[in-house]
Amino acid sequence: MMNITPVFLWTDILIFVLVVAITIFVVYTIRHEHLRSPWKKVFQRRLGMAAFLVLMCYVSIGLLDSIHYKKGNDAEIISLFDDLVGGLRTRVEKTYSAPFATHLFSKEMIQRADGSKARAYPRLKYGGAHLQEPDKEKWGDILQRTIEALVVGLLCWLILTSIMVLWLARRKQQSWQAMCVRLWHGQESLPWKVIFITLGLLIMWWLLVIKLSPHYHILGTDKVGEDVLYQSFKSIRTGLVIGTLTTLFMLPFAISLGIMAGYFRGWVDDVIQYLYTTLSSIPGVLLIAAAVLMLQVYMSNHPDQFGDVISRADARLLFLCMILGVTSWTSLCRLLRGEAMKISQVEYIQAANAFGVRHLRVVTRHILPNVMHIVLITVVLDFSGLVLAEAVLSYVGVGVDPTTNSWGNMINSARLEMAREPMVWWSLIAAFSFMFMLVLAANLFADAVRDAFDPRIQRK
Amino acid sequence: MMAYIIRRVLYAIPILIGVNLITFTLFFFVNSPDDMAFMHLGAKRVTAEAALKWKQERGYDKPLVYNGSKEGIESLTETIFFEKSVKLFVFDFGQSDDGRDIGYDISQRMWPSLAIALPALLVGLLVNITLAMLLAFFRATYIDISGVVLGVTMMSISSLFYIIGGQYLMSKLWHLVPISGYDTGFDAFKFLLLPVIIGVIGGIGSGTRWYRTIFLEEINKDYVRTSRAKGLSELKVLFKHVLKNAMIPILTGVVVVIPLLFIGSLVTEAFFGIPGLGSYTIDAINHQDFSIVRAMVFLGSVLYILGLILTDISYTLVDPRIRLE
Repeated sequence: MMNITPVFLWTDILIFVLVVAITIFVVYTIRHEHLRSPWKKVFQRRLGMAAFLVLMCYVSIGLLDSIHYKKGNDAEIISLFDDLVGGLRTRVEKTYSAPFATHLFSKEMIQRADGSKARAYPRLKYGGAHLQEPDKEKWGDILQRTIEALVVGLLCWLILTSIMVLWLARRKQQSWQAMCVRLWHGQESLPWKVIFITLGLLIMWWLLVIKLSPHYHILGTDKVGEDVLYQSFKSIRTGLVIGTLTTLFMLPFAISLGIMAGYFRGWVDDVIQYLYTTLSSIPGVLLIAAAVLMLQVYMSNHPDQFGDVISRADARLLFLCMILGVTSWTSLCRLLRGEAMKISQVEYIQAANAFGVRHLRVVTRHILPNVMHIVLITVVLDFSGLVLAEAVLSYVGVGVDPTTNSWGNMINSARLEMAREPMVWWSLIAAFSFMFMLVLAANLFADAVRDAFDPRIQRK
Repeated sequence: MMAYIIRRVLYAIPILIGVNLITFTLFFFVNSPDDMAFMHLGAKRVTAEAALKWKQERGYDKPLVYNGSKEGIESLTETIFFEKSVKLFVFDFGQSDDGRDIGYDISQRMWPSLAIALPALLVGLLVNITLAMLLAFFRATYIDISGVVLGVTMMSISSLFYIIGGQYLMSKLWHLVPISGYDTGFDAFKFLLLPVIIGVIGGIGSGTRWYRTIFLEEINKDYVRTSRAKGLSELKVLFKHVLKNAMIPILTGVVVVIPLLFIGSLVTEAFFGIPGLGSYTIDAINHQDFSIVRAMVFLGSVLYILGLILTDISYTLVDPRIRLE
């Protein structure tokens, strides 16, 4: 038995704090009908539900990738996700190879069987290594594995679906045939048909990856021969961290200052308004650039404070979230100030004040719950923008550490190969499509949340 | 009106002082000039003399905020704060780390930035408003719904994808325009075409969606029902009434960014090799030239505040009900 020492990076700890907070929030919501009903509306929307399932897929990979440990005496820090995908991480080729390739992308001097030397494309160490004659067998082999994956996927999906249908039928005390009819006609409150279809697609996709990736590099390899699929998976965590932890840093400022400004008015309002006007008048990218530059100087002058490469990259990621938080709290703060101002004029607040209820209690009991929908809408709407911003910032050179796996870094390094003939396109496409799916799902989910929570839309 | 504008300009002063203090703290307290010298000259191997020389050349060898060795007013003016930060207020940006005059560079480089950003903004505005009107006209039909879904999809694509994809298609595959570069005069047109098109396409998703929301909000108002009731055609209602009344929220978003157009877009300019302020900033970031970044932060805030003032003024122009007192 190998001994495993857990390693807690700063972002890991914060992620799990966030998970705990969300769990508490969910439990609290489920127990209160008035909080539950808008969420019900979110999940009743077909697109909202599908987007949620896709998001959950991303989140579970991100969470698996956030459990870090050292194995045995090995100094390398790996995550649970690295352990689960196993070979995907270690099957490293020499340099570029195209998706599903069996040969390297560039010619090299190789020795033939008869001893002569020639410039040719050498075989890959891992990609398609099980094939005797790759030119003839490759596509047949891929097709066979694809069909196998689809058949197994279909079976898994059927089993899962029937279990869920039976469970539903039992809960609603109906026969399973009647349940099927009801589901088919969409007579349940949740869009089960969409759930089943989305789950089916996700399962199929996963099985394709599981079946094909041990034998081929599905998305090719990059300059140092690392599997692009693995990099894209690893980048999920970075994207999620930036999208969520930024909010975690921003919320305390935005909520406390915004409500204080709107509730207390007077000089408190003036000071807070001055603060956020000043901060928001600096163009965001420039402020981020300035702050990250300063961090770089600090890090290069104090290398001893940051330990190994991974903790260093992690510190930079965390700092990036903080500075993004600093630049993005102002708009929410302004919204909350206006809303708090409006609410504090309402009779029940005046009554509470007249009864001598303490300010803190008025704020937490009466104002905070009434502005929570604004906070929630802002958080989900900001998420996708932050994921996209990461790519741009990495390109500008003020994003995450160059050693961190991120879509921005993937795009940035692949961009340099644009001029190559024939073009190395797979890293770009992989990064863009992984990012696109996450952002699209987040946008659709955010729309559903906004429609369900925004009182202005409900009225219409 | 004049009194209002003057008051607004005076309000801007404390904000700019705040911006100045933030940048000063960021650039000189978080890391001392010594740190920067070591960073530039290459970490540990550098001698104290070399670091001192580096600082002297750039005027970083003075005390930060108070010079005890000088008398009277000079104890305040002979400091880094006065030399590097206070002078920003009169737009004296000083010299960059490689000895060029930043103010001159900025005045040269803002025009290429504007040459891309302004057409991109205007064409984008036209395209977005037209599409949004179209969706509003066909509201709650399949055209509207698919338009909105398409908008969300386009919003979800990274701006880098539009740039890389556009360069690949238009320049590499079809050889329509040069892949990057810049020229003066009318020759600049072929270099500007692609960045402008990409800028417009990249903004369609979010822009159209945003304007559509504004139009739909207006369409539900009473005056629209009245104008329909008196027999105006739907097109007339949209163009004569809804568009005019929607101008106020549209202006809020547009006028504020007009001064910022000078700053340009960092990413676009870097990809297309446009010698504007955006690529100037990126170069400064990559070479860790702090004086330029500092100057750009200050300039950016000045332009933003200018945009806010212009927004207020533009309100009075489109909405006679608003008077600035």
